[in-house]
Amino acid sequence: MSFTEDQVRRYARHIILPGIGADGQGKLTDAKVLVIGAGGLGSPAAMYLAAAGIGTLGMVDFDRVDLSNLHRQLLHDTADVGRPKVDSARERLNDLNPNVEVVTHRELLSSANAFEVLGPYDVIVDGTDNFPVRYLVNDASQLLGKPLVYGSIYQWEGQASVFLPGPETPCYRCLFPEPPPPGTVPSCAEGGVFGVLPGIIGSIQATEAIKLVLGAGEPLAGKLVLYDALRNEFTTVNLRWDPDCPVCGKHPTVTELIDYEAFCGLTPGQAPPEAERTPAATE
Amino acid sequence: MVQVKIPTIMRRHTGGEAVLTGEGSTVRDVLQKLEERFPGLTKNVVTDDGDLHRFVNVYVNDEDVRYLGALETEVKDGDVLSILPAVAGGSVDPFVA
Repeated sequence: MSFTEDQVRRYARHIILPGIGADGQGKLTDAKVLVIGAGGLGSPAAMYLAAAGIGTLGMVDFDRVDLSNLHRQLLHDTADVGRPKVDSARERLNDLNPNVEVVTHRELLSSANAFEVLGPYDVIVDGTDNFPVRYLVNDASQLLGKPLVYGSIYQWEGQASVFLPGPETPCYRCLFPEPPPPGTVPSCAEGGVFGVLPGIIGSIQATEAIKLVLGAGEPLAGKLVLYDALRNEFTTVNLRWDPDCPVCGKHPTVTELIDYEAFCGLTPGQAPPEAERTPAATE
Repeated sequence: MVQVKIPTIMRRHTGGEAVLTGEGSTVRDVLQKLEERFPGLTKNVVTDDGDLHRFVNVYVNDEDVRYLGALETEVKDGDVLSILPAVAGGSVDPFVA
C-alpha cells in the first residue's frame, strides 16, 4: 500500500499507533463500510469512519433533514434543512476527508433491494430506528455473511453490539426473537432522545467497525454494552447464540428475506407520504 | 435483597426511579413483588401466561435468565437484575417500502 505525502500526514497518528500501522491504514483504505441511516447514530459513526480513511463509505437514507434532527445529527447543518440527508452527509464527509468515496443510497431499504445495497460492502453499521428495518438488516447481513455493528438509543440509554455472521455467535434475533407489538414502544419522536447519546453509541459503532476491518482486538460479539447517561454507567451483559434461531441457528427456517412489516405486526403499504413522515426515521 | 435496574422506557411506572430494591428467591418472585408496588411495571415483561415476553430480556448479573432457569432462576442477596426491552426505535410508521 502506498500513500501520498498528504495521506501520510493525515493518517500519521494511526500509522504510528501499535495495532494499526501502515498495514492497518492500508486495510482501512481498501475497506467498504455501509452506514444505514444518516441520523443520530449514523452521523458520528460515518464521520469517524471517514476521518479514519475508510476507502468506500456507503450511506443509506431516504429522508430529508428536519430542524428537529439537528440537536444530535451532526452530519447536517441548519442550512441543510429540507435537503436529502444523503446529500448533506456526502458533503460533510468529503469536507472531512476528500480521499473517501462516499456512495449515497437515497432509498428505503426493503426486502427487494437489501441484498443489492448491502452486497458490495465488508461491514454493515446499523443506525436505523425501527423494528422492520432492524430485522431486515440483521437477516440480510446473516444471509450475506457480513458482520453487523448494532446500536440503538432511547431517551437517555443506548446499547451496542456486533453480530458476526454464521452460527456460534448471536445475532439480533438471538437477542430479541420477536419485536414488541406495534404501539407498545414509543419512538424517539414520541419519547425524546438526549442529543449527545447517539454521539456516544455511534462512536462505539465506528470503533467496532474499524476494529473489524483491522482485525484488531476483540469484537464486541456475544456481548451487549448498555450505557445509561443519567447514571453515567456502562454495563456489559453476555449474549448467547440461540441454536433455535430461525436465521443463524442449527436449522434455519428463514433462508431468504421475508415481509418484515408483517413480521412486526404492521400492515404493508401504509407508509405515509414523505412530507408527513416522522422526521426521526433514522437514529 | 437484590437490585433491579429499570430501563428508561419503564421508569414511568416507578416515578422515575432507575434502580429499585427487590426481594424474593426467584426472578419471578422479585418481579411479582415489584408489580404489587408499581402496578403495570411488569406488564411488558411477563406474559399473561406467566412467561417472559420474547421482546424483553432479563439478566441476573451479566447472564440472560433464558439460559439459566428463566423466571424460576434463583437470586441471592447482592444480585443485580437488569431488564432489557427491545428499544430498537419503535417507530410505528413503516420505513420499509
